[in-house]
Amino acid sequence: MKTRNAWVLALVALAMVAMSCAPKPPEPASIEFWHAMTGKNGEAVQKICDDFNASQDVYTVTPVYKGSYVDTMNAGIAAFRAGQAPAIIQVYEVGTATMMAAKGAVKPVHVLMKEMKEKFDPKAYIPTITGYYSTSKGEMISIPFNSSTAVMYYNKEAFAKAGLDPEKAPATWPELFDAARKIKAAGYEAGFTTNWISWIQLENFSAWHDVPFGTLSNGFDGLEAELKINADLQVKHLTNLYDLSKEGVFKYGGRENKANPLFTGGVVGIHFESIGGYGNMKANCKFPFGVARLPYYPDVANAPQNSIIGGASLWVFEGKTEPEYKATAKFFTYLSSAEVQAFWHKTTGYLPITIAAYELTKGEGYYTENPGLEVAIQQLLNKAPTANSMGIRFGYMPQIRELEDQTWEDILADKIDVKAGLDKIVAEGNIKLRDFERLNK
Amino acid sequence: MAKQYEFSSKGLPYLLVLPQMAIVLVFFFWPSAQALWQSFFVQDAFGLRSIFVGFDNYLKLFRDPEYWDSFGVSAAFAVTVALSSMGIALFLAAQANKKIRGAGFYKTMLTWPYAVATMVAGVLWLFMFNPNVGVVAWFLDKTFGLEWNHLLDSTHAFLLITVAASWKQIAYNFVFFLAGLQSVPATLVEAAAIDGAGSFTRFWRIIFPMLSPTTFYLLVMNLVYGFFETFPIVHQVTGGGPGKATSILIYKVWRDGVVNLELGSSAAQSVVLMILVIGLTVLQFRFIERKVTY
Amino acid sequence: MTEHSRLRRFMTHFWLALAIVIIVFPIYLVFVASTHTSQEILSAPMPVTPGPHLLENYARALGEGAENLGASALTMMKNSFIMALGIAVGKIVISLLAAYAIVFFKFPFRSFFFWSIFVTLMLPVEVRIMPTYKVVSDLGLTNSYLGLILPMVVSATAVFLFRQFFMTVPREIAEASQIDGAGPMAFFGEILVPMTRTPIAAMFVIQFIYGWNQYLWPLLITTKQKYYTLLIGINRMLSGADVQIEWEIVMATTLLAMIPPILVVVLMQKQFVKGMTDTEK
Repeated sequence: MKTRNAWVLALVALAMVAMSCAPKPPEPASIEFWHAMTGKNGEAVQKICDDFNASQDVYTVTPVYKGSYVDTMNAGIAAFRAGQAPAIIQVYEVGTATMMAAKGAVKPVHVLMKEMKEKFDPKAYIPTITGYYSTSKGEMISIPFNSSTAVMYYNKEAFAKAGLDPEKAPATWPELFDAARKIKAAGYEAGFTTNWISWIQLENFSAWHDVPFGTLSNGFDGLEAELKINADLQVKHLTNLYDLSKEGVFKYGGRENKANPLFTGGVVGIHFESIGGYGNMKANCKFPFGVARLPYYPDVANAPQNSIIGGASLWVFEGKTEPEYKATAKFFTYLSSAEVQAFWHKTTGYLPITIAAYELTKGEGYYTENPGLEVAIQQLLNKAPTANSMGIRFGYMPQIRELEDQTWEDILADKIDVKAGLDKIVAEGNIKLRDFERLNK
Repeated sequence: MAKQYEFSSKGLPYLLVLPQMAIVLVFFFWPSAQALWQSFFVQDAFGLRSIFVGFDNYLKLFRDPEYWDSFGVSAAFAVTVALSSMGIALFLAAQANKKIRGAGFYKTMLTWPYAVATMVAGVLWLFMFNPNVGVVAWFLDKTFGLEWNHLLDSTHAFLLITVAASWKQIAYNFVFFLAGLQSVPATLVEAAAIDGAGSFTRFWRIIFPMLSPTTFYLLVMNLVYGFFETFPIVHQVTGGGPGKATSILIYKVWRDGVVNLELGSSAAQSVVLMILVIGLTVLQFRFIERKVTY
Repeated sequence: MTEHSRLRRFMTHFWLALAIVIIVFPIYLVFVASTHTSQEILSAPMPVTPGPHLLENYARALGEGAENLGASALTMMKNSFIMALGIAVGKIVISLLAAYAIVFFKFPFRSFFFWSIFVTLMLPVEVRIMPTYKVVSDLGLTNSYLGLILPMVVSATAVFLFRQFFMTVPREIAEASQIDGAGPMAFFGEILVPMTRTPIAAMFVIQFIYGWNQYLWPLLITTKQKYYTLLIGINRMLSGADVQIEWEIVMATTLLAMIPPILVVVLMQKQFVKGMTDTEK
């Protein structure tokens, strides 16, 4: 018996040596990719995965739709807790800090690419987009997937009626306020409105003027960061909006993207909304409209800086097998290729994540037909991002955004004045940040 | 209760209650115990870190003036919905109980809205009063110069969810009141009429007291409805806004747990609500035991 | 007939008619909206008379569904039916069994079981939503019919109603069946359940509507289009970010979501009213 065992061992050892010498064929793997994209965006996700699966015969990526962003994130969390996490999950931008703090649950993309020896050049990406999902040292934690930014939409018909040049959008806030007053005077119910008061008029607004939204590079440098949005410039801006709302020139249309019907229905002439809503505008506006950059206050030294993104990125869970990680890394490389990005960009209206994809799309002459999309990209590329314009990274961000929405409504309803309101957001937001810090230290 | 005939069988009764008990255990007691347990911890979303904090989650809630505001809003909302939908239902039931032509038609028409989902009620009223596209909001503005804006005006917002919630609940109350009225002996009413009591006095002095068990039962059920079952309306119509004007307790539990991922606080809120429900159940039980009579 | 009583009669009709108008108006508007295009609905004021797109809108809602939803109203209706039927039938079956045990058997812990069921009487799932969600996801039941149905199947109400009814069953019947040599289950299946037809029908109507109208629970646990119910579909159509709301499809789907439970109430009004008011006793 003993000798036979020894023989078997020797054979096994020999086989192992032989296997490690021979070029090892990659082990097949199939992984799941949970996402929150519906409709034509969901179809585009499906097509990208199908094409990837057809492009090679070792790995399979299966996209699984999991509901809204909140649903998808909850499903991912529940699955992780039950030990059944997918390899890849799409998480919306306000979930970034939560995911990043989940050490032991999340495998950073730069680590993944290095471990899997996958060629990976962070410089190929558009810095303002990848910066949002990188450490302050520039290490990419997640792969940006669907990215958008805030832009201004204006009704060219309204501009013409108000005696304004329909081909020239106001570049500064004072010019915009003026234009808005003229639009109202021309018979519109109000001059302008905005979606996403927190994302557009506070987060993007601060980045665009190169002023901090919070300390420690807006939270990029540590969990001890605090909010800073009660500074003079933000107070001035919201005071202007408040005054104009009393004048009837600004009309509040609700939280998130609820203000859209005010613009598409011709109630106001100017609107602020994500470039991701471009398709919606094209489908629902019965009038010609233009897309322009966000306005700025000309007396602010570094304005305009660059705007920041919104949308979602792809995260990789810990605890998968090596072949699964190989598949993930290969898929990310495929996803980042110029052709795939150009397809995604043109089909969905979300921004391309690499410079090569932008140039490819531009070379095809796509932007002459869809100038709005290029406005958004140029706005992101306007200047190299600073500590104030890389992005926003705070824990409990959904609560902070909600706090901003609630307080803004209280300000408009005269329950609190602008300065006191912003002070309140900072004070209460900081409590949330301390809770998050305590939990994730 | 008459003495019931009883089978003798050792195992069978346990087998019979088993399915019900299994589900009660798995979906009632286990989650409730978990809520209680979790309410003493703060935990990150992934369950990677959890810190025991004792009663901290509760203390934080009770020290937060906004939690008390939310309590106040919920109570005001539940009471307003209960009283207005019961009041209207009682009035309509009294009308429909009269001997008039088409009474059957009226009864059917006032009964079927019970089948409309609370969520659909929210969608309907939002659709009419949406300040951006709603036809009734537009009409109010053009005809009365009343600028309806529940996105900014907290009174409008409160009114809108109250009306939507009451609208849905009238049918439920109507069915009970009508049944109650039909069981009032006609001779009693006639006797009072002979005594010369007017119809108004007759109603309040003779009929209404007869309805008191029904009224009490409905009051509790309507409060439960207002407190806990109106989540879909708030979720659809106001999202708790403007400010926190319509952020009722049940909406806040959902929001903090599902969207904000503050599991400890959400669990503590669940426990508080469970205690509230148990209170209401005890109240209801006392009623079941010995019916309220005057 | 005196002038006075004629006026009174008129007022009675007036109030009832007014109430019906207020109740019907929102639903009429939904119907009107479902016959127009999204653009017409969004241009204030919305038309208040039906438009020409009725067939087209309903065909689209039932066929492919809204563009950004990925589930047709037909699929969602099927899911709503499965959920409503599952909840109603499940509740009735397990409650009949439990009530039978509690009324017709004497066994240790009988009152313990009764009270355990009783405390769940008014505890809505909304109150313990997060922990229940965790339990169901630990059991791997998210995105399944079982997950949709099981947590909703407990019903203290149904147990009470059946218990109430069983207690009125003359004991002689049970005794006689025992003498005939029939076992307890034969008595239950062949005599008791057929006798309980009316309360069962009443419970069915109430619980079917309860199941059909569930919202928060399916909202949490159905994230795949395959399992969407109608109400979840409506919510998803209304809350998508970066996509346009197709109001005409939303409204058509809303109307479709209202029809089945309303039909059930109208067709089974007598049982329904009886079932409702019996829960109070």
